[in-house]
Amino acid sequence: MMERLQTIDRRWIFLFIMLAVVIPLAFDLTIDEVATPEVQAIYDRIEELPPGSNVLLPFDYGPESEPELQPMADSYVRHLGRRKQKLFFMCLWPTGQAQTLKTVNQVLGREFPDYSYGRDYVMLGFRPGGQGVIQVVVTDFRTLYQSDVEGTPIDEIPMMRNVKGLKDMDLILNISGGFPGLKEWIQFGGDRTGVPVAGGVTAVQAPLLYPYYPGQLSGIMGGLKAAAEYESLLIDGYSEAYGTDTEQFAAIRRMGPQTLAHLVIILFLVVGNIAYFASRGSSGERLKSLEK
Amino acid sequence: MNEQNRRFLVVGAVGLVVVFALVWSALGQMEGFWVSGSALGAWFAAFLTLSILSFLYDDNPFYRFAESLFIGVSAGYWMVQGIWQQLVPNMLGRLAPDFVNEHLAQVPLEVEGIDKSMALVQLVLGCLLLWRLAPKGTWIARWPLAVIVGWAAGTNLTRYLVSDFTKQVSPALIPLVEPSQTAFLGIDWIGTLTALVTVFGLLAALIYFFFSVEHKGFLGQVSRGGIWILMITFGAAFGYTVMGRIALLVGRMEFLFVDWLQLIGP
Repeated sequence: MMERLQTIDRRWIFLFIMLAVVIPLAFDLTIDEVATPEVQAIYDRIEELPPGSNVLLPFDYGPESEPELQPMADSYVRHLGRRKQKLFFMCLWPTGQAQTLKTVNQVLGREFPDYSYGRDYVMLGFRPGGQGVIQVVVTDFRTLYQSDVEGTPIDEIPMMRNVKGLKDMDLILNISGGFPGLKEWIQFGGDRTGVPVAGGVTAVQAPLLYPYYPGQLSGIMGGLKAAAEYESLLIDGYSEAYGTDTEQFAAIRRMGPQTLAHLVIILFLVVGNIAYFASRGSSGERLKSLEK
Repeated sequence: MNEQNRRFLVVGAVGLVVVFALVWSALGQMEGFWVSGSALGAWFAAFLTLSILSFLYDDNPFYRFAESLFIGVSAGYWMVQGIWQQLVPNMLGRLAPDFVNEHLAQVPLEVEGIDKSMALVQLVLGCLLLWRLAPKGTWIARWPLAVIVGWAAGTNLTRYLVSDFTKQVSPALIPLVEPSQTAFLGIDWIGTLTALVTVFGLLAALIYFFFSVEHKGFLGQVSRGGIWILMITFGAAFGYTVMGRIALLVGRMEFLFVDWLQLIGP
């Protein structure tokens, strides 16, 4: 029995993981989230900003990390919209432009119809050069951005008139799917100018960025779990707007399947280890020869 | 199960899903691919998703088709991006702004002399880089490579030194005991434990990489502690990776069952 468990076909494990994801989706299983200090710090930072502050939103990711990062992007814009901040979208990834447009249409377009392009938000678009772009915009946006994503000259956009470089921003709120991303915004943007940097990253990147918190990073969101925590903060903080209508909060919806899938993985790990140690006792010699 | 049976099983499973989707859409429960362009796109995306997932069972022609398509589309996308976002505006646009404006893309007509000269240097270096493909004189490609490496080192060195070294050292020098006005004995025990783990964990991990002295006795014990710290770090990183991958799977399942088949409500 124990030896059979050890040689179980991996495809059974895949099937169980799939069921663990699909069943909670079907039954709309959700988990209550409690915000960790790193996530709470971003929420508090936005709350402390006076209305009309300049917030730079570099969306440096693509569709491949959308399930994790799009809920973060939507939550940031939702929160900033509630606080009536000025939003400056840009991206170091060419795919970031489409992701920006998605958030603008889904969040600003639906929930904040009074947000006006050029007055309350602007889409600067993509420029190639990775961290080189950050180095340039530290001193002057106009060196690289003579026009916005629509081709409108920068000087004709009202909200760009009082903005020269990165130092005119009150907060840099990055969403990062890899390189260039949050790390480069810390190194070449925040550390050079003193402008606070915070952001959300894929779960894979998160452990590499935690050392920057809280000194160089005002807050960090790693993966879907952190996105769900931020959404729960928004629901609690703006209950009059989201108290009953939580359908648009994708991360909370996805955390049910995520949690059950984790439990299945843990279960397989425990069973696998029990089977290993039990069979080592009965057929230790055979396993030793395998190890050799 | 032999190769032929396995292939039959994969093709049968994909076929079954397609037949189900066709019947389901004929019953008006989901959008058929004939309804609109976006519906056709969703059907094709679903087919590609299922093709990629079919690899979990075994290698098969559907998977290989989806994989090849993905690689081809990615390569094409990045090539087009390189031409239209870099070569055309940043090089051709500076060397021949009138021509580019008239035939290719909108670029500033007034270009300063220094920008024009720099674009010319970049063009020459780019051509030298391609010299690697020539039958003779491949060593010439090393010159532009040297410029690339030099530029990257020059721009990154100071920022890495500041952000990843000096600014990381000061947060590591923290008091070992965290005081508290209200807690037992005037000490914040959780904060103190965190500080102790941070400081001694850092020292142990650093000692593990200190090879000038043999890891024996006390140093050996601390070095072993360093291995534990590293293993816990790798474990945390692996845990995060699993979380990320499951999140992507949830996204795909949501697409298949909610957006495409519409079996589950949003």
